[in-house]
Amino acid sequence: MTEIIVIAETKDGIISPVTSELVSAAIVLGGNPTVIVPGVNDTAATSGAAISGVSKVIACVGEQFSNYDAAAWASAIDACAPAGVIICAATQNGKDLGSRLAARRAVSVVQDVVAIDGGVLTSPIYSGKAMQNVSLQGDAVVSIRANTFSPSSDGGNAEISVMNQSADLKTAVREMIAKASERLDVAEADIIISGGRGMQDPANFAHLERVADTLGAAVGASRAAVDAWEDISHGMQVGQTGKTVNPSLYIAVGISGAIQHLAGMRTSKYIVAINKDAEAPIFQHADYGIVATWQDALPILESELKALLG
Amino acid sequence: MPEIAVLVKRVPDTNAKIAISGDRVDLSSVKWVMSPYDEFALEAAMMHKESNGGTVTAITLGTPDCDKVLKDAKAIGVDRIVRVWDDSWSDLDSNQVQSALVSALKELSTEVVYCGKSAADTGASSTGPGVAERMGWASVSNIIGIEFEDAGVEVLIPRNIGNARTGVSLPAVISCDKGFCKPRKPNVKGIMMAKRAQVEVLGADIPTSSINIVSHTPPPQKASGQKFEGAGNVPTVVAALRNDANVI
Repeated sequence: MTEIIVIAETKDGIISPVTSELVSAAIVLGGNPTVIVPGVNDTAATSGAAISGVSKVIACVGEQFSNYDAAAWASAIDACAPAGVIICAATQNGKDLGSRLAARRAVSVVQDVVAIDGGVLTSPIYSGKAMQNVSLQGDAVVSIRANTFSPSSDGGNAEISVMNQSADLKTAVREMIAKASERLDVAEADIIISGGRGMQDPANFAHLERVADTLGAAVGASRAAVDAWEDISHGMQVGQTGKTVNPSLYIAVGISGAIQHLAGMRTSKYIVAINKDAEAPIFQHADYGIVATWQDALPILESELKALLG
Repeated sequence: MPEIAVLVKRVPDTNAKIAISGDRVDLSSVKWVMSPYDEFALEAAMMHKESNGGTVTAITLGTPDCDKVLKDAKAIGVDRIVRVWDDSWSDLDSNQVQSALVSALKELSTEVVYCGKSAADTGASSTGPGVAERMGWASVSNIIGIEFEDAGVEVLIPRNIGNARTGVSLPAVISCDKGFCKPRKPNVKGIMMAKRAQVEVLGADIPTSSINIVSHTPPPQKASGQKFEGAGNVPTVVAALRNDANVI
């Protein structure tokens, strides 16, 4: 049987929760995986071994893992990973690394998988306006979107082996320029509240930020808002030419629901739309639609959430 | 004087509706454009030439229908336009696409490749890093800023904690996000030159596919939701999110 290898997603030397979802995906695809945990030391490997369903853990250790360098990471991880189907997280770095691992092994890569059923892998194409269903014929690399599989529980006790694997860096970080704002990135958030042109002025995004702070949510924006106002950065844009998101809850405020925007957020688990235009297309995609101006709705939303969540 | 290449792809306009006919997408009535991020890659390639000299070659992979995006690149000012194709090819997977592009890049003695961070059709973001790996080169993805140096480039890459100012020696593949430059528009002279320009067609030996496309299907439809009139219903929705949906 084909071996399944999961590349653990790590952040600041700690295994990210999505790794447990990748283990679940591996089991659906065909077996208990070997989990490779990259790091400057083997500390994070312990939490990899604790995920139930893992057959073994390989801590891939080297100085190159202090910063993401595509070539060095791919070379070191490839040396640690046995032949088989490799599973990565469909994050920015996970997809990049997966592409390199596939190229290194001269196999194909299937990105952004959102379902696996009977050996058929489903990924959105045309930004989710259609789905592509493929089957693998041999080894491949597969990246899985977050929130696709329930995380495998804790309670595992897999054996850990350590492989020291150094690799030459091809890029050099010269300076880290800290983010101006401490706001959560829409690509990482489990709850997103986004504003569109209906917010009328970029200053009014402060109302969205207050709701976001109550919820621990990220603030996003439509392309129309990003194009219209310099203060609304491209990094906030949700949509086909912005970020594709898959949160548990997406709240669209003053967003009409252009096909471009829908393409970036339609897979959200729950969608709430607040818009004064009862005919806005966004309402066709919302689980809960509220026909109201943001001026009327947001203060009530904020106070209700504060009462509920403190 | 670097040999610069930019990878461009013909994709349906991002506002196009995508229909499914049988078990495949039906693209017979969509409007086709150059993939949006590729416009920024093209601009970065032109800026590189203006700073360091050299030549810019625009490369695409596809049937003669794709010549239009090459002509669009020519109208912007690239020196050469190359299409990689063989009439026996169809439904190429990432392994095949990258092998074909690498074959062309080697033939052109390319030293630096620009591409968009993802294409608007697959959204996969596989080609840039995959091509770099096969060439044995460095790669940086999703860049949001670039400065040109004698033997390399300095790029700005968004990371969780901020932006990393990163030095990259050539040869390298640089995949571009939007926002750091304003793609120039073609002028009349450029458009006239593009009309007369010859597309060079290159073939390649490619491996067999290891992916089988079973079908294309429409996205899953959500059950129709509830719609409320007036802000007075906000508490009802908040309660539903808490008690029914369990998301807050």
